[in-house]
Amino acid sequence: MHGGRIESLTVAESRGVGVRLIVDGREGFAHAGTFDADVVDELVAEARDNAAFAEPDDRVGLAEPDGVDAVDLDPWDDRIGSTSVDDKLALAQELERATIDADPRVRNVRTALYADTRAESAIVSSLGIDGWDRGGSCSVSTSALIDDPDGSTRTGGAVDVAWAPQDLDVEKVARLAAERGVQLIGAGPPTTGRPVVVLEPRFAATMLGIVAGMLSGERVVKGRTPFADRVGEQIAAAGLTFADDPIDPESLSASSFDGEGIACRRVPLITGGVLNGFLHDSRSARGLGTVTTGSALRGVRGTPSPGYRSLSVAPGEGDLEGFIASIDDGLLVASLQGLHSGVNAVSGDLSVGVEGVVIRDGQLQEPIREGTLAGAIPRMLLDIVAVGADLERLPGGSLMPTLLLEGLTLGGGSSA
Amino acid sequence: MLDHELINRTLSTAMNTGGDFAEVFVEDKRSSSAMFDDGRVEELTSGRDRGAGIRVIVGDTTGFAHTADLTEAGLRSAAEAAAAAARGGGGGAKTVAVSPIDVARGVPARIPPEDVAKATKVGLLTLANEAARSEGVAISQVSARYGDSRRRILVANSDGLLAEDDQIRTLFSVSCVATGDTGLQTGRESTGRTVGFELFEETDVEDMGRRAAQRAITKLAARPAPSGAIPVVVGPGGGGVLFHEACGHGLEADLIAKGASVFANRIGDEVASPLVTLIDDGTMAGEWGHFAIDDEGRPAAHNVLIQDGVLTDYMWDQLRARKEGRPSSGNGRRQSYQHLPMVRMTNTYITAGSDDPADIIAATDYGVYVAQLGGGQVNTATGDFVFGMTEAYLIENGEITEPIREGNLIGNGPEVLTRIDMLGDDFKMGSPGTCGKDGQGVPVGDGTPTLRVTSLTVGGTAA
Repeated sequence: MHGGRIESLTVAESRGVGVRLIVDGREGFAHAGTFDADVVDELVAEARDNAAFAEPDDRVGLAEPDGVDAVDLDPWDDRIGSTSVDDKLALAQELERATIDADPRVRNVRTALYADTRAESAIVSSLGIDGWDRGGSCSVSTSALIDDPDGSTRTGGAVDVAWAPQDLDVEKVARLAAERGVQLIGAGPPTTGRPVVVLEPRFAATMLGIVAGMLSGERVVKGRTPFADRVGEQIAAAGLTFADDPIDPESLSASSFDGEGIACRRVPLITGGVLNGFLHDSRSARGLGTVTTGSALRGVRGTPSPGYRSLSVAPGEGDLEGFIASIDDGLLVASLQGLHSGVNAVSGDLSVGVEGVVIRDGQLQEPIREGTLAGAIPRMLLDIVAVGADLERLPGGSLMPTLLLEGLTLGGGSSA
Repeated sequence: MLDHELINRTLSTAMNTGGDFAEVFVEDKRSSSAMFDDGRVEELTSGRDRGAGIRVIVGDTTGFAHTADLTEAGLRSAAEAAAAAARGGGGGAKTVAVSPIDVARGVPARIPPEDVAKATKVGLLTLANEAARSEGVAISQVSARYGDSRRRILVANSDGLLAEDDQIRTLFSVSCVATGDTGLQTGRESTGRTVGFELFEETDVEDMGRRAAQRAITKLAARPAPSGAIPVVVGPGGGGVLFHEACGHGLEADLIAKGASVFANRIGDEVASPLVTLIDDGTMAGEWGHFAIDDEGRPAAHNVLIQDGVLTDYMWDQLRARKEGRPSSGNGRRQSYQHLPMVRMTNTYITAGSDDPADIIAATDYGVYVAQLGGGQVNTATGDFVFGMTEAYLIENGEITEPIREGNLIGNGPEVLTRIDMLGDDFKMGSPGTCGKDGQGVPVGDGTPTLRVTSLTVGGTAA
C-alpha cells in the first residue's frame, strides 16, 4: 500500500522437491521448483550422479527414527484462507493511515504491507521417516518516514505476526513505528565510551540469536565456534538461562518435525550461565558421538544443518523502566544495522551500527545515530548485568526479556 | 522458450479486464554447486527452477502472479490471477501481438558449465584446499565452493516487446579458519564472473586458497580496531561496496518516488566531491552484474549517475520510468520469476582519479587502511550506512602498520561523498556481490580505485 492506493498485490503458489541420496557414505543432492514429471526424473538421476563425486564420510547419513513422539502441533488457522483479499487489503490501508495519523511528524510511509503464507511440507525416507507438517501465519509491517526539524529524515519500523488476520494489531504497529522514529528526532553522533547497553526484547532476540547460531553442532564439529569444548563451563553471566523451544504451542515458529523428520523438542542451551550443549542434526551428532536434538533446519533447496527455531529465555528480575532508572551512563538501543557484515560467528567479533537514546542519571536523554557498538561475543555473554522479568513474545516466536550489557564499546563522531 | 502465439494469448488474457500494461516473464534456471569442507568434497547440488511471472498494471496498482506450470492452462490461470489482483476497471479487452527486439548480446560463455565434467569442477576445490593448508599449521579449517548457473529468460509485454537472454555465471570462493593463541580468525577470497568455465583460465584457485589463508593468519595478530571518526583509505576494488551503500541505493527511482531517499530532488546538485564520477553499467561484459537485457526486457545500459560530483540521473525500471514518461535505464531486475522486478544496480563503479595510491597512504598521518570489505547496509531515508571491513590495517605516520580486527564502519551517504579528498589511478573491480533489497537478492559488481575519506566512524573496541 502506498499513498492510500494498492501499490502491488501478489497472489502466488509455489512448490518444490529436494532429493537427498546416500550411496556408500557419499551424499548427492538435487532440487527443483516444480513437480513436473520430466524434471523430477532428471533430479533423481542428478542426485545419484552427484553422490558419485562426493568423498565418503561416516558422519553422512539419513536420520534414523529415534522413538521420540512428535508433539501434535497444528499451527494453522483457517481464517487466513477464509478472509477475503479485500479485507486483507483493508488492513494494509488502515495500517498506512494509522501510521500517518500516529504522530503529526510522520511525513509519509515507505511501505505498509500485509502478507500471509501457508505451507505444507512432507519428508519421507528409506529409513522409515514419515512426517507431514503444515503451518501458516500472516503479518503487517510498516516503516514511517519522519521529518526532523533539522531537515533530515528519521525512520521507525514495526511488525506484527499472528495466526490469523483478525489477531493482527494494526494500531499498535502504527504507533510503535511512529514512536520509534520520533524518539530519534534531533539525533547526532554519540560520544565514544562504554555505556551500559539496554536491549529491549526485540534486540535481546537479535543478540541471543547470534549466540544460538554459534552453538550449532555443525560449527563445533568443524571448529568454527569459540564455544567448542566449553560444555559444562560458565560461558555467560549466572542470570542467563535459555533454551530452544520449538514445541511451545504459543510460538509462531513452533514445529512438530525438524528438517530430517525427527520430532522437535526443547533443547536447553545455557542454564545459569553454564553451557548445556549444542543444537544437533543427525550428521553433527554422529560427528560428536551424540544423538540428534531434532534441530535440523532445511528448505527444499538445501540439505539439513542444525540451528534454532524459537529461543526461550527464563525470566530474571526487573523491567525496562526500573533498569533505566538505575543507570548512570547508558544507551537504550533503538536500531542495529549491519549485522550480516558486523558479526563474525567464528572469531566472535561483533561490530554493528547503532541508533539509540542516551541514559544519564536514571533518565532518558538525547537520541544518537551513526554510532557503532563493538565487542567480543564471548565477553559480552559474561558481561550481562541483568536479565529482565518482562518476557515478551516476539513476532519470530521467541520469548525474550530486556537485557543489560556492559563491556561493549560505543564509537561515535566525537570523543569524550 | 515459449511459442509466440501462446505468449500473445497469455498477454491478451492478462489484458482482458482492461489493464494498462501486462508482461510475461519466463525463466528456466539450472544451477550446480560443489562444496568442499572439513577435508573432503562434501556435497554436490543440482537445481532446476522454471516458471513464469505475470504482471498486470492498472493505474497505480500492480497485480502479480507466478506459476511453475508453463502449459497454456497454467499460464492462462496465472494471467487471470494477475489481472484480478490488479483490480482491472472493466475496460475494453486488448489483443496483443509481440515481436522480437534486437539486443546486442554480450560475449557468450565460451565453455558452458554443462560441458564440463563434474570431476573437473570438484578437482578445483581440492587444489584450493591443499594450497590453503600449505600456508601453515595455523590453518585449522578450509572450505571451498564452486557454483555455476545458467539462466534463460524471456520477457514479453503488451507494448509488443519480446526479448530473450541466456545468462551464465560462474563463482568460486575459499574460506579459511586460522587458530592461534588469540582464538579463531577467518579469511575469505571469492571471484565470480558472468562467463562459463573459462573463468578458470584467468583465475588461479590455488592462489585464491593461499590468499584466503594468509588473510586469516594475518588477523591472528590483529589489534583491536580503533573506535570513533578517523580518516579511512580504501584499497582498489574494495570501495565499491561503500558507494553501493552510500549513494547507490539512494539513487534508485522507486525509493526516490516514495520520498525515502536523501537524494530526492537533488538532480543537478553537487552531491559529492568533484573527484567523484559514479557509473552504473550493466553492459560490462563478463562482470558479475552483467546481462544483455534486464528482467523487463530492456537492454543493459551505461548510466552516468554522478559526473564530477554533480548528480546527473537516477536509475530506472519500467514502472517508474513509465510514470515519468522517460525510458527505463535497464535497471529493472528480479531474483526469479517468483518476484516482481524493481530498480536494482548492476555494476556500479567510480572512475579512476589521478593520485598515486602510495601517495594517498603517505599523506595520511593516522587512519585505517581497508584492504577488503565485507557487506554493507543502508537506510536510504536517513542516508546512514554501514559496511564491514574484513581485512584492515592501521595507518601510522603515512605507513601501513599493524593489522586490526574486523568490524563495521558507519557513515552518512551525503556527508561521506563530500569527504572524498584523494582518488587513486589504480581502478579495479571488486569481488562479486549479492545485493539484497526487500527480500530479493541479485548479482552485482562494483569497482573503485584507492580512495580516501577524510572521516568515517570505525566500529572498533579500542578507545
